[in-house]
Amino acid sequence: MSEDVKKMIIDYVKKEYLEEDSGVDVNENTKLISSGIVDSFSMVSLKMFLEKKFQVKIPDDKATPEAFDSVNNIIKLLNDFTKT
Amino acid sequence: MAYSNKAKSFYNGELNSIRQGGLFKEERYIESPQAANIKVEYPLGAPQKQVLNFCANNYLGLSSHPEVVKAAHDGLDARGYGMSSVRFICGTQDIHNELEKKLTEFLGTEDTILFPSCMEANAAIFEVMLDKEDAMISDRLVHASIVDGMRLSKAQLFNYKHNNMSHLEEKLQETQNCRFRLIITDGVFSMDGDLAKLDEICNLAEKYDAMVMVDDSHASGFIGKTGRGTHEHFGVMGRIDAITTTLGKALGGATGGCVSGRKEIVDLCRQRARPYLFSNTVPPVVVAASIKVIDLISKTTERRDKLERNTKYFREKMTKAGLDIKEGETPIVPVMLYNAKLAQDVARDMYAEGIYVIGFFFPVVAQGQARIRTQISADHEMEHIDKAVAAFTKVGAKYNILGKKRDEIIAMYGL
Repeated sequence: MSEDVKKMIIDYVKKEYLEEDSGVDVNENTKLISSGIVDSFSMVSLKMFLEKKFQVKIPDDKATPEAFDSVNNIIKLLNDFTKT
Repeated sequence: MAYSNKAKSFYNGELNSIRQGGLFKEERYIESPQAANIKVEYPLGAPQKQVLNFCANNYLGLSSHPEVVKAAHDGLDARGYGMSSVRFICGTQDIHNELEKKLTEFLGTEDTILFPSCMEANAAIFEVMLDKEDAMISDRLVHASIVDGMRLSKAQLFNYKHNNMSHLEEKLQETQNCRFRLIITDGVFSMDGDLAKLDEICNLAEKYDAMVMVDDSHASGFIGKTGRGTHEHFGVMGRIDAITTTLGKALGGATGGCVSGRKEIVDLCRQRARPYLFSNTVPPVVVAASIKVIDLISKTTERRDKLERNTKYFREKMTKAGLDIKEGETPIVPVMLYNAKLAQDVARDMYAEGIYVIGFFFPVVAQGQARIRTQISADHEMEHIDKAVAAFTKVGAKYNILGKKRDEIIAMYGL
């Protein structure tokens, strides 16, 4: 997937989950779930965003905290479920 | 199926990983009634120790109030111990109805239904109110029981940054196509002790044609001039569609909860709420005592006024002593330590000084937000508060955190 996709997800995570004054930087390797940036409850909205934006359906059993734990992991997950 | 070695070793593995993560929760045995002054056996087998309790939800000091205890005795004599039935078969007494009416009047709503706990009220309400064409829009720091309750509903889930009204508005705009939208928030947030901006939330709800639900468990009985809750504090009584709250904190502290709000929502709970239909309700003894609690706090605001004075005094003294507390006005006063181990160490040393407090850290609060959550009670006297502040000052000096703010504490102890 392109750099654009990566940037789009990073921007969404920053806008959606971080306070403006949090001082936390997010890159493709930043731990999202295990660090607490995205709590397990908010993972639902992240999944919804990805499904809508990238027109994919991520099965619930694949939407694990590990699969969502970094932007790189998310991209891998999207690749698995994007029709080619 | 037999309890296999495979299952046994799996559970032991889980327990060990909880222990290794430093997250293993231990119970401490209190060998006296719940109050400001309690006798505790901790660790298990240690001699009994008299300590001041600064971590109970006993905001109004009613947990062991003589009149409440007497009402419980009288209720036990008059209406017995158990009901052996769910409400709609043969589990409803006249006093259940009386308590529901009293709660309705106290909270200023249209109707009320009791639940075995507020956890169960929260487990019920979203499934009853909403379906898959609807949206739940919740603050991100709502109580765990709300999170669980929302999971039981088919409605779509959205959440907004804590107390961030522009983010809430974005979510309301995003969900315009849904049939019903419900904004969901705690009235007072349990870990930070801050208040939801209910006036702004109600304005947004009206602007975007959404309903509002508030869990007022950490507010009912003492927030607002006459203690009705967060809706009274913000002058929005009558504008909240559903309130869930508990009898297990300020209102006597035993158990039980309710949904109070629009008549139709309460009526539908009586028909469809699963924790109401398939579980016994609050036992007669608790109902009788709760009626007394509502009578006591309806007659005079003395206890909530004392709580307000105590809170102000404690907050001022702690700030003056140089502890880093979260600003606010509620009796939940978090003492910020940021580092999980530091929070545990300070709590342990406070106990040695005769003050019972507990450290909270990830995942109960966000990473790097470890703290001791102190809770003030109307049962505390000035000398209790002075003693707690003196202990915090002594222990704070030991760890060199007095007068230090977030960055300095993190520089010393890490996150």
